[in-house]
Amino acid sequence: MRLHFAVGAFIFFCSALPAHGAGFDSARHDMVQEVVADTADTAAYTGISALSPQVVAAMEKVERHRFLPFGMSSLAYLNRPLPIGHGQTISQPFIVALMSELMKVKPGDKVLEIGTGSGYQAAILAELTGSVYSIEIIEALGTEAGERLQELGYRNVHTKVGDGYYGWPEAAPFDAIMVTAAASHVPPPLIKQLKPGGRMVIPLGTQFMTQSLMLVEKQADGSVTSRQILPVSFVPLTGGH
Amino acid sequence: MRFAQRFLAPLSRSREISSDLAAVFRRPSRLASRSIRAGEREGRPPFFAISLLSTCVLAYEVLLTRLFSIELWHHFAYMIISAAMLGYGASGTLLTLLREKFLPRFGVVYVASAASLTLLMPVAFWLSQQIPFNPLELLWDPTQPFRLLAVYLLMMLPFFCGGLGIGLVFAYWGQQASRVYAYDILGAGVGSMMVIAVLFFISPARLLTVLSALALLAAAIAVIETRLRPRWLMELFLGLAVLALVLPAMSVHPSPYKDLSQALDIAGAQVVEERSSPLGEVTVVKNTRVPLRDAPGMSLNATTEPPAQLAVYVDGNGPSALTRFDGDLAPLAYLDQLTSALPYHLLEKPRVLVLGAGAGSDVLQALYHGSATIDAVELDPNVIALVRQRFRDYAGNLYDRPDVHAHEAEARGFVNASRERYDLIELALMDSFGTASAGLYGLSENYLYTVEATQAYLQRLEPGGMLAVTRWLTLPPRDALKLFATAIRALERSGVAAPGARLAMIRGWKTVTLLVKGSDFTARDVAELKAFCRARSFDLAWYPGMQASEANRYNQLARPYFFEGAIALLGPQRQEFMDRYKFYIEPATDDRPHFFRFFKWDAAAEMLSLRARGGMPLLDWSYPLLVATLLQAIAASALLILAPLAFSRCRRTLPHAPEAWYFLSIGLGFMFMEIAFIQKFVLFLSHPLYAVAVVLCAFLAFAGIGGWLAGRTQAANKVTLAVAAMVAISLGYLAFMPALFQALTHLPDVVKVIVSILLIAPLALCMGVPFPSGMARLSVSRRDAIPWAWAINGFASVVGAVLATLLAIHLGFSAVILLALLVYASAGIALGRFA
Repeated sequence: MRLHFAVGAFIFFCSALPAHGAGFDSARHDMVQEVVADTADTAAYTGISALSPQVVAAMEKVERHRFLPFGMSSLAYLNRPLPIGHGQTISQPFIVALMSELMKVKPGDKVLEIGTGSGYQAAILAELTGSVYSIEIIEALGTEAGERLQELGYRNVHTKVGDGYYGWPEAAPFDAIMVTAAASHVPPPLIKQLKPGGRMVIPLGTQFMTQSLMLVEKQADGSVTSRQILPVSFVPLTGGH
Repeated sequence: MRFAQRFLAPLSRSREISSDLAAVFRRPSRLASRSIRAGEREGRPPFFAISLLSTCVLAYEVLLTRLFSIELWHHFAYMIISAAMLGYGASGTLLTLLREKFLPRFGVVYVASAASLTLLMPVAFWLSQQIPFNPLELLWDPTQPFRLLAVYLLMMLPFFCGGLGIGLVFAYWGQQASRVYAYDILGAGVGSMMVIAVLFFISPARLLTVLSALALLAAAIAVIETRLRPRWLMELFLGLAVLALVLPAMSVHPSPYKDLSQALDIAGAQVVEERSSPLGEVTVVKNTRVPLRDAPGMSLNATTEPPAQLAVYVDGNGPSALTRFDGDLAPLAYLDQLTSALPYHLLEKPRVLVLGAGAGSDVLQALYHGSATIDAVELDPNVIALVRQRFRDYAGNLYDRPDVHAHEAEARGFVNASRERYDLIELALMDSFGTASAGLYGLSENYLYTVEATQAYLQRLEPGGMLAVTRWLTLPPRDALKLFATAIRALERSGVAAPGARLAMIRGWKTVTLLVKGSDFTARDVAELKAFCRARSFDLAWYPGMQASEANRYNQLARPYFFEGAIALLGPQRQEFMDRYKFYIEPATDDRPHFFRFFKWDAAAEMLSLRARGGMPLLDWSYPLLVATLLQAIAASALLILAPLAFSRCRRTLPHAPEAWYFLSIGLGFMFMEIAFIQKFVLFLSHPLYAVAVVLCAFLAFAGIGGWLAGRTQAANKVTLAVAAMVAISLGYLAFMPALFQALTHLPDVVKVIVSILLIAPLALCMGVPFPSGMARLSVSRRDAIPWAWAINGFASVVGAVLATLLAIHLGFSAVILLALLVYASAGIALGRFA
């Protein structure tokens, strides 16, 4: 396992092309421009006509290369998911942007994330609001992500390692919840911890492949509605009826 | 074509031996005399060593399919067979080129190749595990195809060594080829069948070390049999064999992206039980810190939670939940919040058949809803044993309750053999969401979701009974529409004029449930169905009389894809719709049982262009993987089998077009038949591993005998006769095999294995004829082209294994078999045009 990553890291290291300091900044800017363009392309399908300036600013600011395992920095600004060890991935930036947009986070909102992973998504959320709570079930990943976020100065992100099923009752309710950990169902306690009017975003699919994004909205009366968004401009039907 | 047969072929007639082999090596006179001298060699060929060596090589070939299932997601049988053929082919080329160097040192080279095989079997597999090949990244990461190539070449190495050893014996002991061959075949047959028997007792990883020990034993015996000096080598090999047996087995590392690997990474995860059999490695994981809570696609309205559960994984895939049950039904309320609960709201105290019962979730669901009796069918005895024995108390004695009958059987076989009738046949959700959404099974045969299977299920229903199938929801819709189309076709074939009246489909946010009723849905059914969906915020996708406005209400999609799809599939434009749809949703049949193949070339370019813009999940990785494997098979075999000849002295003795075509086409034809039969026999033998082992063994043995018989007859038209017989037998099988399988499928496994071998035998006998006959013809007309004939045939075998799989997916097994016949027929014509 370790050797896997050593070899992988070595290959990636060898293929490292650009990317130090200013190189990263411009690569990141290019990536964000690509994500912005992709969002416009898929507007008809996602219902998101354009990314909000806040999300764009967050994507421009958060240094994705700092969330990757050693040796993979050179791939940080490709618009693709990347492995981060333990069979987990850091999502494709395009998907991260869409999910962040769907959350409609406002400054002052309290946000919960289930599945910290590398901490990249938490950092983006932390750029959008003052308090982010994030839970990771894989100990090594959670600890590392927590330390990384602290190092990077995200004092407004609270992380812990543990079971995300019951959310974070001490901090509940939340304005928005993101569930990036694979689960066979949406935990009822999480729906409970969502404020009326709150939004929950759940990417469905598997590592490297986000099939759709589910948006769950809690109405004022406590009932929930959901929407499943295909993050791609692809029409499966060709007028067969 | 199988390696040993290829070597036997030119050697099968003693009178031909000297001329054939001499022709191989450009200096006819000298080599002819050397070959003649072979008959006068002292001692005897290393019969026991070659037998053991063959056992090891074939057992390793079959074992690899198990190891790959554990490490990755698919059995990769086609890739392993192709790699084996490449190893054999490349060793044949090497033997051709270095024969003069090798033959005088026969003992040394032979023992060295056996010893290398010993070393390479575990080492090549270990090294292949070190290559971070991740099929999920195949389309993201340009380095992945190279990693795949490295895995393929590593897989080839042990077969190269094994092939070298076996080929050398044939070359050296030409005069006694038929006896050598008998031992070789015996060993190979034992090898491929032994794997299955032994895997009931030891794990695949342990078997790998056992095979190494066996290969060492073969080397030790070879030292004696070849009278090699120094004799302490024998003691050394024996010592090493004992060492290999006592050393701990190499660990098999499943991909970190497999379900089990992910579960074990979670804090608090603990493996509480492991069991191994040829059907799979069963692992039970307990986690008290972060418990498993399996309730696939539970309604967002639900407030219930699943009780404590253990996670059961088979080959690292799953989990299937083993739920704590103490007889109290109340904690099972969550099972009423799944789409799969729908049929229980339309039926009163049904008699239920659960296919793919696993650790019992669907059985519990049936119990919760007050079913009268439940027959639970599960293929893997180890999984049943978990519920019955190891976790009996935990599972509340589920499989031994008076109202539950657990059956250890394959689902199709059980349904065919059963005389019972049921109110509900439930096809459980057996694969995991991750594997379904990543398209990990795109190449797998699955005989549970075919038109014929659906017809068989419907036949076992009571009047008013229903079949319920639940699948993961994929977007844009794939599985659900294919399932719907399959049900329509099955109903039509069963003579139902208006299939739409007997179908109902609902979807949650993660699962889809399809009901197929034995009679028309009633108004009461529809009312219940609507009430069920409303209470759980599930969407209606189809029921007879449904209005468009009722679709897409709760879990909203950009369009009511499922309802629109259902309407189109039920309408007159069905075929046009399926043709235009960007995924392949034509119903799967027993002839083309690749239910999970959704790939269409038409849409591939568009999907690829959308890759970075969220389009990756549109592409299943398995299909590009198959294409990549085909390309590398072509490149690697051209490079390792053909190119060395092209750069040797053989470059001046290129065969003529008919000769080249002959050996190319019989190689392709052989592999087409073999692969098509393996996949076809998965239905009959219930499991890919059984099919691989039995079919390989039968084809190898009987083609060998066929070749040997061909060598003994002087008939000029034996190839024509063999091809004609092949055509007759194959057409007969194509016509009668489905019915035969259906009639015999309930028989015990051992009987089915024997029936399979008997069915393959006559065909394989005929298929063994063309190669040696062609060689004999060539030895008369164009001796110096013989190395090319071998190499071209080897090339065709490597490529044919993968190409056959690709063709089967697109055209079906029958078409692949017909194609094989066509290719054989063209070979017959080409033979007439030999110089």
